Amino acid sequence: MKNPFVMECGNYKTRYDKDMAIFSTKRVKVRMLTLTLLAFLFPLLADSYIIGLATLCAIASIGAIGLNILTGFTGQISIGVGAFLGVGGYTSAILTSTLGWSFWIALPVAGIVTASVGALFGIPSLRLKGLYLAIATLAAQFIILFVISRWTGVTGGTSGMVLQRPSIGSFSLMSASSYYYLCLMILLFTIVYSLNIFRSRTGRAFLAVRDRDVAAQIMGINLFTYKVLSFAISSFFVGVAGALLAHYTMIVSPELYSITVSIQYLAMILVGGLGSILGAVLGAIFITLLPVGLGMFVDQFAVYMPDMQNTLAAFQELAFGAAIILFLIFEPGGLAHIWSNIKNYFKLWPFSY
Amino acid sequence: MSILEVENVSIQFGGVKALDDVSYKLEKGEIFSLIGPNGAGKTSMLNCISGLYKPASGSIRFKGQEIIGMKPYKRTSLGIARAFQNIALFEHMSVLDNLKLGRHVKMKAGLFSSGLYWGAAEKEEVNHRHSVEQVIEFLEMQDIRHTPVGTLPYGLKKRVEVGRALALEPEVILLDEPMAGMNSSEKEDMARFILDMHELNGITVFLIEHDMGVIMDLSDKIAVLDFGKRIGFGTPEEIQENPDVIKAYLGEQEVTT
Ligand SMILES: Nc1ncnc2c1ncn2[C@@H]1O[C@H](COP(=O)(O)OP(=O)(O)OP(=O)(O)O)[C@@H](O)[C@H]1O
Ligand SMILES: [Mg+2]
Repeated sequence: MKNPFVMECGNYKTRYDKDMAIFSTKRVKVRMLTLTLLAFLFPLLADSYIIGLATLCAIASIGAIGLNILTGFTGQISIGVGAFLGVGGYTSAILTSTLGWSFWIALPVAGIVTASVGALFGIPSLRLKGLYLAIATLAAQFIILFVISRWTGVTGGTSGMVLQRPSIGSFSLMSASSYYYLCLMILLFTIVYSLNIFRSRTGRAFLAVRDRDVAAQIMGINLFTYKVLSFAISSFFVGVAGALLAHYTMIVSPELYSITVSIQYLAMILVGGLGSILGAVLGAIFITLLPVGLGMFVDQFAVYMPDMQNTLAAFQELAFGAAIILFLIFEPGGLAHIWSNIKNYFKLWPFSY
Repeated sequence: MSILEVENVSIQFGGVKALDDVSYKLEKGEIFSLIGPNGAGKTSMLNCISGLYKPASGSIRFKGQEIIGMKPYKRTSLGIARAFQNIALFEHMSVLDNLKLGRHVKMKAGLFSSGLYWGAAEKEEVNHRHSVEQVIEFLEMQDIRHTPVGTLPYGLKKRVEVGRALALEPEVILLDEPMAGMNSSEKEDMARFILDMHELNGITVFLIEHDMGVIMDLSDKIAVLDFGKRIGFGTPEEIQENPDVIKAYLGEQEVTT
């Protein structure tokens, strides 16, 4: 078999459907399948701590793809992601823990409820752009969190709620790897769905709204419909991510959904690359693992310098911020752009100059 | 019946009367030109027709139906397409995607079928690709179909701009200075495209252009604007003999020379 990690030059397509395929060539297809297979097989070799991190990465990826659909692809900035994660988490908590629904119904319902709330808070986007819209979504963040922490009878207020891991029949997804597989499958669905959206009518309209809203209208695109649709579909995935996270940590409480979380998600799509599905995944992994990596680094040092503990902890925060700023300055295209640069380099390798 | 009737349309920006009680008619299947010096109000007229501006008074009827007050996106689905004077393409997208966006209202896929893709959406993409390829062939853009529009030279961008409007298979196409800034061979190509879309596809053409030679050769009817006022309306011969038009254009020459 051909080596899937060698780059292809020249390809000649004979049919339109081939020309529009998700994976442009057979080699790309094989490469992606290999990566997917690796994602499925690695829990066999890893311990449950690593699998747990991978689960968090998968969940963050789903949310980051959702945010990127809205901000990266449709150009509507949102700093309310944290609260929307909360809407998903709380919806699922209320449905499963209070009302006793099955997780498998609660999960999509959590997505739909979040989509509706997102669409509602997306309505001002018809009139507001850029910074003004950002402030409107910031208001969403505070309103939602306010409701969650004050509606004590339903949400348990500041003490939060406790959730269970889902089960299939009598088999509970309690083990690290079983829950990881669930999240991975949903992530794969999210990726395929989003890639499809952006090679057909709806996604093109999103991009048109982002790039030139006047021309988009003349193309026959109803700006209001598509902006609200984008808020809805984006919030759907954020809501699903929120529900998955809630059933993973098995607790929801207001402080888990603060504005810091919103900013982390924005950092994911900025570092990964605005308007790229692959970028959202890479960014989610990067931002999820960076503090873990820095923490390990700091722990190593702490052994030698026990009195420096506090300084080192501060350094961790600092490095996190610095990493994001450096990305914005030196690689505004994000990780997705770095990846495509690497690919282009190897396309011509070893004759690249 | 006239396909587009503009009646007593006026619009004002601050103290500037961009359009002052302008009326004219387009018959189905003709090439109509709107001319006039810079700032005469030609683009403002198109903005009124495509719904970006709302005239202060007057009426604009498409096939007898009043369209003032109708949202821009609805007018597109009636079959009114437009190519902008200042190229307004989607720069990050390929020529193909730009043209497909031109067909947005002809396609149906929504959030679900787009996302599931295999099935209805894929079939739609392939079918509409066939139609888009016809436009690509018509405008001789085969070799740039996958090129991101932002990287194309000016002349080709102008052509894609026209192609995106054509992709709608419109009844009326509004072309705002499609030849501006082109060299003479590019202009010739564009003139040929305009004649062909008119003859082969029976599209009614609404043309704004400064090049008098082109205008007189192509047009069935011409309307002339000066400072927002219609100072002439008729066949090319009538326009060439119209004293007001001659004065406006000679006057302009005196100023520029
Ligand atoms: N949105 C607007 N706000 C303020 N003034 C405007 C606006 N649109 C047009 N105008 C004014 O209306 C007048 C007509 O402008 P318009 O763009 O319609 O002219 P034009 O005939 O298309 O000129 P050109 O040949 O240079 O393209 C100008 O004085 C212009 O400054
Ligand atoms: Mg103009």
